[in-house]
Amino acid sequence: MDDQYIFVEHDKPFRYEDGETIVTRGSAWSAPGCHLGCGVLIRTDKQGNLIDVEGDPDNPFNQGRLCVRCIATKEAVQSPYRLQYPMKRDKAERGNPDAWQEISWDEAYDTIIEEFNNVKENYGAEAVTFWEGTGRDISAWISRLAWSFGSPNFLPSLNGLACYGPRVYGCFTLSGSFWVGDYSQQFADRYDNPQWKCPEVILVWGNNPVVANSDGAFGHWATDCMKRGSKLIVVDSRCTWLAAKAEVWLQVRPGTDAAVALAMANVMIEEDLYDKEFVELWCTGLDEYSANAANYAPEDVAEYAWVDADDIRAAARMYAAADGGVIQWGVVLDQKDEAIPSCQAVAALMMITGNIDNPGGMIKPPEVLMYLNGWGAELLPEEQAAKKLGPNKYPFYNAGVAVAAADVVIEAIETDQPYPIKAAWIQTTNLLACMGVDPERTLEAFKKLDFIVGVDPYMNPTLQALADIMLPVCMFPERSGIRCGDGCQRIETINKAVDPGNTKSDMQINLELGKRFNPEGWPWDTVEEMFSNIYGSTGLTFEEAQAAAPGYMPFEYYKYKSGKLRPDGSPGFNTPSGRLELWSGMMASFGLDPLPIYKEPSVSPYSTPELYKDFPLVLTTGARRWNTFHAENRQTPHLRAMHSEPAVQMHPDTAASLGVSEGEWVWLEGPKGTTGDVARAKRVVEITPIIDPRVVSTDHGWWHPEGDPKKLYDVMDLNINKLMPWGCGPSGIGANYKSLLCRIYKVEERNSHV
Amino acid sequence: MSNRAMLVDYEWCTGCHSCELSCQMKNNLPVGQFGIKITEIGPWQYDDKKWQYTYVPMITDQCNMCADRIEAGKMPLCVQHCQSGCIEIGDVEQLKLKMTNKSKQLLIQP
Ligand code: SF4
Ligand code: SF4
Ligand code: SF4
Repeated sequence: MDDQYIFVEHDKPFRYEDGETIVTRGSAWSAPGCHLGCGVLIRTDKQGNLIDVEGDPDNPFNQGRLCVRCIATKEAVQSPYRLQYPMKRDKAERGNPDAWQEISWDEAYDTIIEEFNNVKENYGAEAVTFWEGTGRDISAWISRLAWSFGSPNFLPSLNGLACYGPRVYGCFTLSGSFWVGDYSQQFADRYDNPQWKCPEVILVWGNNPVVANSDGAFGHWATDCMKRGSKLIVVDSRCTWLAAKAEVWLQVRPGTDAAVALAMANVMIEEDLYDKEFVELWCTGLDEYSANAANYAPEDVAEYAWVDADDIRAAARMYAAADGGVIQWGVVLDQKDEAIPSCQAVAALMMITGNIDNPGGMIKPPEVLMYLNGWGAELLPEEQAAKKLGPNKYPFYNAGVAVAAADVVIEAIETDQPYPIKAAWIQTTNLLACMGVDPERTLEAFKKLDFIVGVDPYMNPTLQALADIMLPVCMFPERSGIRCGDGCQRIETINKAVDPGNTKSDMQINLELGKRFNPEGWPWDTVEEMFSNIYGSTGLTFEEAQAAAPGYMPFEYYKYKSGKLRPDGSPGFNTPSGRLELWSGMMASFGLDPLPIYKEPSVSPYSTPELYKDFPLVLTTGARRWNTFHAENRQTPHLRAMHSEPAVQMHPDTAASLGVSEGEWVWLEGPKGTTGDVARAKRVVEITPIIDPRVVSTDHGWWHPEGDPKKLYDVMDLNINKLMPWGCGPSGIGANYKSLLCRIYKVEERNSHV
Repeated sequence: MSNRAMLVDYEWCTGCHSCELSCQMKNNLPVGQFGIKITEIGPWQYDDKKWQYTYVPMITDQCNMCADRIEAGKMPLCVQHCQSGCIEIGDVEQLKLKMTNKSKQLLIQP
């Protein structure tokens, strides 16, 4: 065991008896989906029936706390909606809920192998596509399955990789690394660690962390830090609870983030507030960057970003003055066609203020497994890798992006160009309800496929509409695993405590099937052996990790000074210049702008004024709610009751001018980008002063598990992504989910025969 | 036992519902019934840039102060799960003292 790792001391083993019950300590990652994996104690009876799940007070990550989604675990696990056994359905019966037949795992595997191998023989392995979602522990296992099968077409069902990817790739091109806010999460002793410093300022940008718990950050670390003195700046189109507590709140028009960040840079440069010594020593491109920022005077930006120029100045001064400033940035920055410039513009603020690799600033997350880019790329033959769909259209997909581009794959399914696509493996994604856009087009495209497998714990609209084989997946209390997701990684295990019945974990399914397709690619007999192999670098077996977890990797600040960021050991950053590149040569080499340039969203009051006349409200989507993770949790009664239908938040003045009242159903109708098409989705009115009267906001991922399966659980009435076309900006990274236009009218009998 | 009370530091309550659901799960309460329930006060804007936006949890007659957990040396479940660590259950006299140390607190004696 590597003695540099720091493990949390426990007085009890990870599994112990407590009276008539058994308690199993571990991590809650996933299903149900989540990006974190908080520490939990799972209590069962001696037969392996779940009694309850509570937070583990000894786990430094969440310190005993849980959000409602884990508190409801028992209801989720014991839900009557769970799939209990593998099923098959004749292709001709797709969409018919009564045509499913129970089958054995062996029959399911045999059918999948026969069908996939048939496609491989006749069309090549690339004709089988592998679709993943977000949040469920999957990237490592599905990428290996796809690549060991020989298909380069493994991908998230996301338009333009518009979640996390843009921030990650944007950061990498400028700085050779990704950076996350320093809330002491890398230390076992957390807030007491003497190296750590509480951030003086947390700049929350397009994120509602306390609700979202996104990207590996437990949102209430923000309140922990506020109690310890952190002050807030919040950039958000709504006055969230955090915004209400902030020193400065910038109520930006959705999609204008890059301009606002550049205006802040403009102030920092104009007023000489940036960290000159740091920039001199460690950055490059300041002249070009300054000249570009000069185009973004606060008064000009204020006008089209719908904020106050003095607030931009106040935010710039406050962030620049902070000794330790976190930028808690969210998916808002990713969900625009020009996402990379937004991420570049905000990342540059960390850089010119020296808030990189410093206590209380932004840190490079320690990593056990680089999971974002998948696992097992070496298994994919070079000639197969070259067939990946995406790079011909988007240069970024040649460089470091391992997955295929969803819009290009959809097009290939429809047109058979550049080659036919014949089958799909859909695991952890409900792409007709969430993540995917233009669900009507997606549905028609997928119907063309000869064979579709769905892998999920519950039935959902996508799989009811399309799957020929369904494999039932178990949930976190029912399976073992390792937690290696986004943010700062730690040695953390998911420990099986509950009898999974006839369901299996995602990793077990992929291992068993992978072994049949490509035994050399999957040389392990059990998932535990496979996990041990991944933990190889830590010197621990999976079983040792279970006993010792959670474990923390060695961590130090200012690695750019000691040479620990670069493989060659010289000081600086892992970029071609060795510096933080405010002017990015790498961007230029992809034919993209080396400097962050603001562009209006594809549809907006300024870019499409004609459309704005017909659709006079700016619509932003994806507002997070406490009770749901994207398209999940709708089957869990106590969670559903907290927010039972999709809402559209609007200002009282907006509601008055529309003549609608609280709780009333309305249609949100808007242009599908600039395609000329129009689409709509239903929402319940929620009136609140936290939003600008010109803007409305809605939550996403909606369908009704209790609804009619033949109507696909109302998904085509409820999915707001109907207003979004497939296709993204020039980099292929980033797509417009969050700055749209719409008009609103009441749902009435006469306008609602859908 | 009878002088156990709850101290709420309502400056930090984010309205996350963890307390509510913890109690519902622990005590098998149906949807719509609570041992602890939060109330939203706001949001509304005043003074140009200031906002009133507060949540406050309140215990109900169905709260039994998690006597079983306290006896077993554990925290009441709502207290343990509270995401901002803003509720505490203890002896009313001690909580009264704590109350004087900080503003924006509420002492609830059931
Ligand atoms: S953030 Fe919530 S759902 Fe995710 S692991 Fe933690 S408690 Fe569970
Ligand atoms: S103390 Fe226990 S019984 Fe009372 S509200 Fe909290 S969880 Fe419910
Ligand atoms: S758990 Fe704590 S922060 Fe969350 S609503 Fe209850 S009292 Fe407030």
